[in-house]
Amino acid sequence: MKVMQSKLHIIVLLLTILFPLSVFSAGDKVDLMEQKWPFNGIFGRFDNTALQRGFKVYREVCAACHGIRHVSYRDLKDIGFSSDEIKSIAGEYEIKDGPNDEGEMFQREALPSDKFVGPYENDNVARVANNGAYPPDLSLIVKARAGGADYLYSLLNGYKEYPEDYEASEGMYYNTFYPGNQIAMPSPIEDDIVEYDDGTEATHTQIAKDVTAFLAWTAEPELEERKSLGVKTLFFLALITIMLLGVKRKVWKDLD
Amino acid sequence: MKELNTNTKNKPTPVDEEKRDFLFITTAGLAIAGGGAFAWSMIDTMNPSKDVLALSTTEVDLSPLEEGQSLTVMWRGKPIFIRHRSESEISSADNVSVDDLPHKETDESRVKNPKWLVVVGVCSHLGCVPLGQKVGDTKGEYGGWFCPCHGSHYDTSGRIRKGPAPLNLEIPPYEFVSDDIIRIG
Amino acid sequence: MNNQENKQTGITGWIDKRLPVFTFINHNLRDYPTPKNLNYFWNFGSLAGITLVIMIVTGILLAMQYTANTDIAFDSVERIMRDVNNGWLLRYIHMNGASMFFIIVYIHIFRGLYYGSYKYPREILWMLGVVILLLMMATAFMGYVLPWGQMSFWGATVITNLFSAFPVIGDYIVTFLWGGFSVDNPTLSRFFVLHYLLPFAIVGVVALHLVALHQFGSNNPTGLDVKSSGDTIPFHPYYTVKDYFGLGVFLIIYAALVFFAPNFLGHPDNYIPANPLQTPAHIVPEWYFLPFYAILRAVPDKLTGVLLMFAAVLVLFLLPWLDKHKVRSATFRPFYKQFYWLFFINAIVLGWVGAMPAEGVYVLIARIASVYYFSFFLIIMPLLSRFEKVGELPSSISAAVLSKKFDKDTNESYAK
Repeated sequence: MKVMQSKLHIIVLLLTILFPLSVFSAGDKVDLMEQKWPFNGIFGRFDNTALQRGFKVYREVCAACHGIRHVSYRDLKDIGFSSDEIKSIAGEYEIKDGPNDEGEMFQREALPSDKFVGPYENDNVARVANNGAYPPDLSLIVKARAGGADYLYSLLNGYKEYPEDYEASEGMYYNTFYPGNQIAMPSPIEDDIVEYDDGTEATHTQIAKDVTAFLAWTAEPELEERKSLGVKTLFFLALITIMLLGVKRKVWKDLD
Repeated sequence: MKELNTNTKNKPTPVDEEKRDFLFITTAGLAIAGGGAFAWSMIDTMNPSKDVLALSTTEVDLSPLEEGQSLTVMWRGKPIFIRHRSESEISSADNVSVDDLPHKETDESRVKNPKWLVVVGVCSHLGCVPLGQKVGDTKGEYGGWFCPCHGSHYDTSGRIRKGPAPLNLEIPPYEFVSDDIIRIG
Repeated sequence: MNNQENKQTGITGWIDKRLPVFTFINHNLRDYPTPKNLNYFWNFGSLAGITLVIMIVTGILLAMQYTANTDIAFDSVERIMRDVNNGWLLRYIHMNGASMFFIIVYIHIFRGLYYGSYKYPREILWMLGVVILLLMMATAFMGYVLPWGQMSFWGATVITNLFSAFPVIGDYIVTFLWGGFSVDNPTLSRFFVLHYLLPFAIVGVVALHLVALHQFGSNNPTGLDVKSSGDTIPFHPYYTVKDYFGLGVFLIIYAALVFFAPNFLGHPDNYIPANPLQTPAHIVPEWYFLPFYAILRAVPDKLTGVLLMFAAVLVLFLLPWLDKHKVRSATFRPFYKQFYWLFFINAIVLGWVGAMPAEGVYVLIARIASVYYFSFFLIIMPLLSRFEKVGELPSSISAAVLSKKFDKDTNESYAK
């Protein structure tokens, strides 16, 4: 009985302390526009058609300023492009190679084995071209922001007019979800800014959703494999742990 | 209340023998299988990775190569010897009785177009790169290549003729994409 | 059982006569007499050992793919994640393994603290454990720098700058640690080498830890000494199967983290490549350093803060002499038990406040919690050693086990 009481004490103590603490920490956060992504959850999978639409958005809109330098053209196979399609996509990019036998650098068409060619030669060129604001590489952006895909989706949908009597800086835009609310990137998407090959209506939210899904894939291309292997592994471990409990009970039985 | 058996440990409890029953054996078997699968997945990280495998094709333009000249290109981190063979080199490679060779291969089986010999430039003995590509290089007694490490002589078909190497220079997988361009890999 | 050693024939017997490895294994892993009343908190020692092995094996495999150069360190990690076969699995196991290692070791320490495992005759055993903790902290810190993300870089900068608090020599120490005038390539390079080296030092200290353990055997939940062979059971098969089962449960939790929330304990900023020109808005160390980080920030004076933070770990070395109460286990110490649980909660509060911004009410909470942290060791323990009265202890481990069983049986019959 004594033991029970002291345990109860502890639980009550923990609750009284941690409850008000959790209230503190819930403070100044903006609620993100949470979506039901198909890649969430333990059985999460990417929707390849959405990823391909998102890739189109990336290529036609984002790629003007943002690279995805950790992704190779050959990786597009994972989202359903054929080898020939990948080759022709890669062929649209020019990459600097060399030096050749004459010791000179030269331009050549990118190969599937190359990484995606970014829009700028180096970071400083990127800054100069964008009023000093560096457009970050997008390959890891979903992993590199608190809130992940929901944050990115919210950001793309979060552009508003400046509220009245807000001291706006020049060349900055107002975004509800951006930390500090002033972002150097103008709203990148609008209705019908791309035309989808599969006939999906290219609304603002649809585009935001597709490109977010695509960037979730570039950040975690291993996600599907990870989750399916995870389910199998957990099933195996649960099974063997139950069996080990049986073994343990059997061995210990003769002590009782 | 049962009486507690405090003496268990003093008696030589035949726990091991007696209890190797079905549950024990299946549990152990399953654990070993799972551990093995995991161990393999970790060891597999040391196998060639995707980016390494992706680099396994190289295209080479042969047009600048004059007769008698050689070209070395890299393929999978190894040198590939490409030689634009002259008529005399082709005939000297052809006029050898295959039965006299240590590694019996006809010249015909080693080329796609007799003018062009494409071989992996790695000695089949212990992996050195033979001489014979550059103008001043010694080409060995048979006019092909000579491996300086342990003295293996290769002929104009890249076949081993003399020395410790057991096999001919390897032929990489390649094909002619057009008359002047080959794709290795 | 002793006869068995002599009975060995054939190859094992031949080897054993010249190199008694089989006798050693038999003695330390089979017959090794272990108190029969150990609860599941005694699983954490072997779990820590297994985790250390997992970390070393995955670490060696990672080192084969990783490049310790500021230009490509970040990219080489991404290459592991994307291109190396099962590379993501390898990295996530290693990354989350560090967290699991600390969870296990902290539980292991709290177990020792509750059951008085640091008291006579196990003082050196305990102190070796503290050495292991220190080595783990150093290893974990340097490992976190290697991916060369924003948190890696700024964590390295902040932690190495702690040494600048020391008067006169502080700046020289920091420059020396960096091998330059900022955290840069020389720093990364040496951190990688040391991160690879220190785990083997940990293995060495673990070996000593085990030698010291087997000198007197395990403590147990009653804290009573083993008085007769009736108090013990052979390690194998009883505790081997119990450890296997515990390992299964542990692996379930570990795997759930690796496969379904691999970045839950990490920080998003570490997926941004290191940028020496821009500090992230909130710098937070890995969770296992948070309580100590909170103590550091609770103190307004730089040097005192640094010293107190180090003291928070080092005070553990003194434990055997701060708590001189004759009774080991908190089970029989009504007051110590209360303070102990308060200390446990206090440690969690410290960890939580360490993750909060250092302002307003958080500073106050951090200060109160820091004061309690040290008072627990330096004031409460010595006072309780003198004044805490305890009731009658069971006469032996067997007697304690019996009365517990009796309680349980009578309770059950009441319930009926």
